[in-house]
Amino acid sequence: MVQLLTPHGERVHHPDYDIEPTPGELREMYRRMALTRRVDAEGVTLQRQGELGLWPSSLGQEAAQVGSGLALRADDHVFPSYRDHGVALARQVDPLHIFRLFRGVSHGGWDPAEKNFHLYTLVIGSQVLHATGYAMGVADDDADSAVVVYFGDGATSQGDVSEAFNFAAVYDAPVVFFCQNNQWAISQGVERQSKVPIHRRAAGFGLHGVRVDGNDVLACLAVTRAAVERARQGREATLVEAFTYRMGAHTTSDDPTRYRQSAELTQWARKDPIARLEKYLLNHGWADADFVAGVGEEGDRLAQHIKESVRTMPDPDLTEFFDLTYAGEHRQVTEEREWFKEYEASFVEGS
Amino acid sequence: MATTTLAKAVNAALRAALEDDPKVVLMGEDIGRLGGVFRVTDGLQKDFGDHRVKDTPLAESGIVGTAIGLALRGYRPVVEIQFDGFVFPAYDQIVTQLAKMRARSGGRIALPVVIRIPYGGGIGAVEHHSESPEALFAHVAGLRVVSPSNAADAYTMLRQAVAGDDPVIYLEPKRRYYDKGEVDPAASPHPLHSARVIRLGRDATVLAYGPTVRTALEAAAVAEEEGTSVEVVDLRSVSPVDFDTVEASVRRTGRLVVVHEAPVFFGTGAEIAAHVTERCFDRLEAPVLRVGGFHMPYPPARTEHAYLPDLDRILDAVERVLAY
Ligand SMILES: Cc1ncc(C[n+]2csc(CCOP(=O)(O)OP(=O)(O)O)c2C)c(N)n1
Ligand SMILES: [Mg+2]
Repeated sequence: MVQLLTPHGERVHHPDYDIEPTPGELREMYRRMALTRRVDAEGVTLQRQGELGLWPSSLGQEAAQVGSGLALRADDHVFPSYRDHGVALARQVDPLHIFRLFRGVSHGGWDPAEKNFHLYTLVIGSQVLHATGYAMGVADDDADSAVVVYFGDGATSQGDVSEAFNFAAVYDAPVVFFCQNNQWAISQGVERQSKVPIHRRAAGFGLHGVRVDGNDVLACLAVTRAAVERARQGREATLVEAFTYRMGAHTTSDDPTRYRQSAELTQWARKDPIARLEKYLLNHGWADADFVAGVGEEGDRLAQHIKESVRTMPDPDLTEFFDLTYAGEHRQVTEEREWFKEYEASFVEGS
Repeated sequence: MATTTLAKAVNAALRAALEDDPKVVLMGEDIGRLGGVFRVTDGLQKDFGDHRVKDTPLAESGIVGTAIGLALRGYRPVVEIQFDGFVFPAYDQIVTQLAKMRARSGGRIALPVVIRIPYGGGIGAVEHHSESPEALFAHVAGLRVVSPSNAADAYTMLRQAVAGDDPVIYLEPKRRYYDKGEVDPAASPHPLHSARVIRLGRDATVLAYGPTVRTALEAAAVAEEEGTSVEVVDLRSVSPVDFDTVEASVRRTGRLVVVHEAPVFFGTGAEIAAHVTERCFDRLEAPVLRVGGFHMPYPPARTEHAYLPDLDRILDAVERVLAY
């Protein structure tokens, strides 16, 4: 397992994957991870308050998401799953977009072209094929962008994901498969999804496989950077297994006490991705208490902004959705839309 | 006889099936330790072990495909698909294999597989968690498609589905999971594929199934206050359809409104309207009207109240059939 920063915040070295980020870059990683955590906590709170329908928490997975996200260029294309809020923040996607989806005012919430950040995908594994096809297109265009797709340990059981591995290998598609193995797929431990460590599946497909400490932002950045570089050079696609842990419930609808022990959480809490980078920064004098407090305040301001914006997000009118179904006219849609408008209007007049 | 929720009635039926027949096995994502995301299988793995109640890998095609294999080996798998929108990875196995193997084998092979799917909207969920795919299954020869509307039917219909030798798509109205009703395991059941008249009326028939039955009954009660006598039929089975019961009701009232959450375009209501027109053209006082979802992907949660057929939409249709 590739690791560059131990849980105690000590720097270790790796023969194949080493990077030396500047103190400024390290502070930026810290900041994005801390903001991700704050935004995520706000998501849980707003769901509890009835402002959101659902919230899938990214707690504990900040290093995997931010580290990998920061390895990309603006023209690289990201296909996220649904708890990849840290990748969104690393891509500078407005977090409010994500809240639109989970409030239930939109199924998508943002323009994927704006930050080359595709929509969240809720059907497990589907996006892994989309990313592969997108990467095949990149290669056919002779472009040198890379494509990174995010999915979970559970997703690796889906046929779509194995098919994507195979397509990527036989077409030499410039794609990075970034699997966040957070040990759980709702109530199922990863041992029910794979008999062998996930990264070892790569070999059978002709992909490059690597396991990285998913709670180590440096290692995640280094490994993803190398994988992206490999993709750009038209060499084999990479399956990265980021070994991490889902510290929260699966979503706000879930009760993890039914299926996992609190001892496991305690153990993983000691490997916290943000705490270890904070220690590293403070120990080297690259950040001080003021910096940490400043990031905390920035997070609180962002959370406050999100809270106010979410609470005042207007509900859309169903009428808008008729015309989203097709590019061109469809007679039945037109008829139904007109009927619906009249029907709605009859209440206004009648009351 | 006991009062219980629809979800617990399904649980009781699964428990009884596991007790009665050692060949019954349950399979699905999170159905064991967690008891399913709706707790429908709560306690079953604890009591019957993880061979009979299998927590599967996250792969719907895998679940249905291996259920077919288990059935070939003499088992009776009852599989759970976690949500309606997640059945599609298994659609290939269901349509090309599960539905067709009996015919392909010249009738030699039976595949007694039940696929339980919590379906329908109204729970404020994100995308793919609120769909009504019944017509997509009913259109496939070789699949039986049923949907209970209440706890008692949930119990008996599931027992019958598991006991039968054909594949059954068993659609559970998830927004009615916590509705309570009387369940009597000893009561002699109505045939699985029979429709039932659950409220008598004179002026019009409203036909519904699954989650919209309660809405239809509520609409009938309101109509009554306004002086309109509405008969309500609970279809219960989408394939086959009990047209005898439907026809008898339409012959009494002369008017029919079909209600379902699924989109109206190419939906169950279209099939029923065509059949009823063929059978009772001489008695119909008005065209058969349909109330249902629109031809669009199921919309975001904060608009679903406008999308779903509610009491007002049913009353509006009743008013329109009466206007002829
Ligand atoms: C095709 C499909 N089946 C089932 C589900 C329901 N479901 C949502 S998340 C999830 C578990 C996913 O686990 P994993 O891939 O490890 O991702 P994680 O949630 O841990 O990030 C399941 C079963 C789904 N969304 N899509
Ligand atoms: Mg997982």
